[in-house]
Amino acid sequence: MNVLLFLIPVALLLGLIGLGGFIWSLKSGQFDDLEGAAMRILIDEEEEGETETQDKA
Amino acid sequence: MTDLPEDQLGYDTLAKPATDGAMALEVLVEGVHCAGCIQKIESSLNGQKDIRLARLNFSTRRLRIEWNGAAARADDFVRLVQKLGYGVHPFDPGTMQEGTKEEERFLLLCLGVAGFAMGNIMLVSVGLWSTTSQTMGMATHELMNYISAIIAVPAVIFSGRPFFRSAYKALKNGHANMDVPISLAILLATGMSLSETFRGGEHLYFDSAVMLMFFLLIGRYLDVRARSSARSAATDLLATLSGFALVVEGDKTRRIAIRDLSEGMKVRVAAGEKFPVDGAVIEGQSTVDTALITGETMPRELAQGAQVFAGTLNLSSPVLIEVAKAAEDSLLADIVRLMEKAGQGQAQYVRLADRAAQLYTPVVHSLAALAFLGWWIFGGIGWQASLMIAVTVLIITCPCALGLAVPVVQVLATGRLMKDGIMVKSGDALERLARIDTVFVDKTGTLTLGQPQLVETRGDNDTIKLAASLAAQSHHPLSKALAESYKGEHVKLEDVQDIPGKGLEARYNGKRVQLGSRAWCGDKNAPQDDRLELWLAAEGEKPVAFHFEDTLREDTALTLKYLQEKGLSFVLVTGDRKNVAEKIAKDVGIEIVHAEKTPPQKFEILEESKKAGHKVLMIGDGLNDAPVLAGADVSMAPGSAVDMAQSAADIVFMGGKFGSVLETWKIAVFSQKLVKENFALAILYNIIAIPLALAGMVTPMIAAIAMSGSSIIVILNSFRLKGKL
Repeated sequence: MNVLLFLIPVALLLGLIGLGGFIWSLKSGQFDDLEGAAMRILIDEEEEGETETQDKA
Repeated sequence: MTDLPEDQLGYDTLAKPATDGAMALEVLVEGVHCAGCIQKIESSLNGQKDIRLARLNFSTRRLRIEWNGAAARADDFVRLVQKLGYGVHPFDPGTMQEGTKEEERFLLLCLGVAGFAMGNIMLVSVGLWSTTSQTMGMATHELMNYISAIIAVPAVIFSGRPFFRSAYKALKNGHANMDVPISLAILLATGMSLSETFRGGEHLYFDSAVMLMFFLLIGRYLDVRARSSARSAATDLLATLSGFALVVEGDKTRRIAIRDLSEGMKVRVAAGEKFPVDGAVIEGQSTVDTALITGETMPRELAQGAQVFAGTLNLSSPVLIEVAKAAEDSLLADIVRLMEKAGQGQAQYVRLADRAAQLYTPVVHSLAALAFLGWWIFGGIGWQASLMIAVTVLIITCPCALGLAVPVVQVLATGRLMKDGIMVKSGDALERLARIDTVFVDKTGTLTLGQPQLVETRGDNDTIKLAASLAAQSHHPLSKALAESYKGEHVKLEDVQDIPGKGLEARYNGKRVQLGSRAWCGDKNAPQDDRLELWLAAEGEKPVAFHFEDTLREDTALTLKYLQEKGLSFVLVTGDRKNVAEKIAKDVGIEIVHAEKTPPQKFEILEESKKAGHKVLMIGDGLNDAPVLAGADVSMAPGSAVDMAQSAADIVFMGGKFGSVLETWKIAVFSQKLVKENFALAILYNIIAIPLALAGMVTPMIAAIAMSGSSIIVILNSFRLKGKL
């Protein structure tokens, strides 16, 4: 049973990382426009410099 | 006379400084409906120099532009978007209700944390369920319990807040809502489990408490999402009223906000612009489209001294008006106030879910209290064990499935309608729509398209081509209809002139051609009927007539027939002339007609009908319908309706088909059937689960299976909406 002492914290840590990721994405506005996000996948991005992510960085 | 500063839209005054010295502007964009639109707008803006960010939020139709440089460039960017063919409206971020967005985010955050906690506690719980403290070993068992507690307690404190707040608010006001039993169940289950942990107890309900919270938060989140679209539409309305007007002072002009206009100011209104306030014409001649106020399709002549009303559209040439009343005293504002009154006067509709909660709460609480007292006094077990049983009763009866029953159906139904261009703006609109027995319809723009269509001409192809080419130069509704009816290429015209009140004149192959009224260039002796007409006169040739009629929307007669067979009665309520109204009513099979009614009269007819006990659906598109739209039990407006009517209506349908009304009604009725089935399922589940809980036979494992099982069944049942329609 000693392996639990190691495995449970690891599992919790992984979960916490996931939760952290979710909170980050929520705070950075990725859930603000769910309909738009579903549509943006259809947009071709030919030009190199025009993505918003680069603008934000 | 001053020159019209056309290169000035006034958006620079709305630009706000953003981070790093950049400027930011937020505007509402109209007419965005696909990925292509997003790309077109964003990429053409991003192609501009100095643009830092251009992002269109599809859900709220808001475009945010950030750029380095002067605020004055705002107009350039707005004009660029307008050139792409989209309407741009200013809005004041101060008037936007950010509340809903915040609430949505907050619920999502709570949901995320609850989901994380639930998953991890389950990980531990499965181990606990499948063993006992003997087989597992006392120390490990206790360790597992403590781990559950460490995850559950902060999660409950964090994610339970939406329920605790609402329950506290309700209790403070002296009544109970659904959140009271929910909060009590979550808190008691967590508290009891915590004390059991310290005592080294066997059965803990951390998993149940967190799971309960998780499922309920899903329902709550979906519910807020269904509601939020209604509010953003209402803020669109404020946006259209917060535009600019061009004020003339001596030989100078300046743009000021419409709400700052005051009596006696002189305002210049360009062709194609809306009059910002009520006033009188002091210079210029034009035609005005009064459809907004009167519902009348045909433009009216506007001479010097004529009265104009805010919101009506100046069609042919620029005029100077003197402001008679400040913006907040205009007829438009009066109608808005009448609308607000209608909204407030409307008996508050109690949603099905809330009615269920009112019945449910006392029953659940008394059951739990009975279980506690019964086991404690007669059961011969300690108060702690008795309380534990009471807590399981609370948990197991807690309305997981009940909380999901309505929102899931709602989100699926509105999503399904959205795909067909029907926007449901308030969450309970479908619920109310399913209960109507009477339908009030407006005529112009609702039963009909509201745009005159070319129905007959004697002219040959070349004549039509010439007429369409000339008509394309004007904004007059008849000209537009004529231009649209011809799909081919246009001929080249010279010296095109728009003569206010008469028509258009130009030169074609050296000859003079005229397109306009019968009195100006038509054949005065030709027989005349009710229909609208335009005449084309080419030099040396006989004038040719073009006849126009406002045509019915597609599927109108069919929809009415179907709904009448289903037992709904129709009433035509219009401001238009009696003979026109009666003719249309006869065409589509409506028996009761109220013609030549002003907005307040329309409202009275509605009040009478409601007093007689009818549940009324109003379908209308004009500003004159807006109070009735706001006052009816439920209301619909076509996408071509004026902003005010759209925001007053609960449901807006795009596209030219009247069949949308039928489709919406069908879905509303079917989704109400599903909601009732869901309630029945939830109650059935309780009938089985409550006796078990009262008997003290429910273990944490059974609670978890029962809760998730019933929730999944309700969700699956709701998905039948997708298969059926």
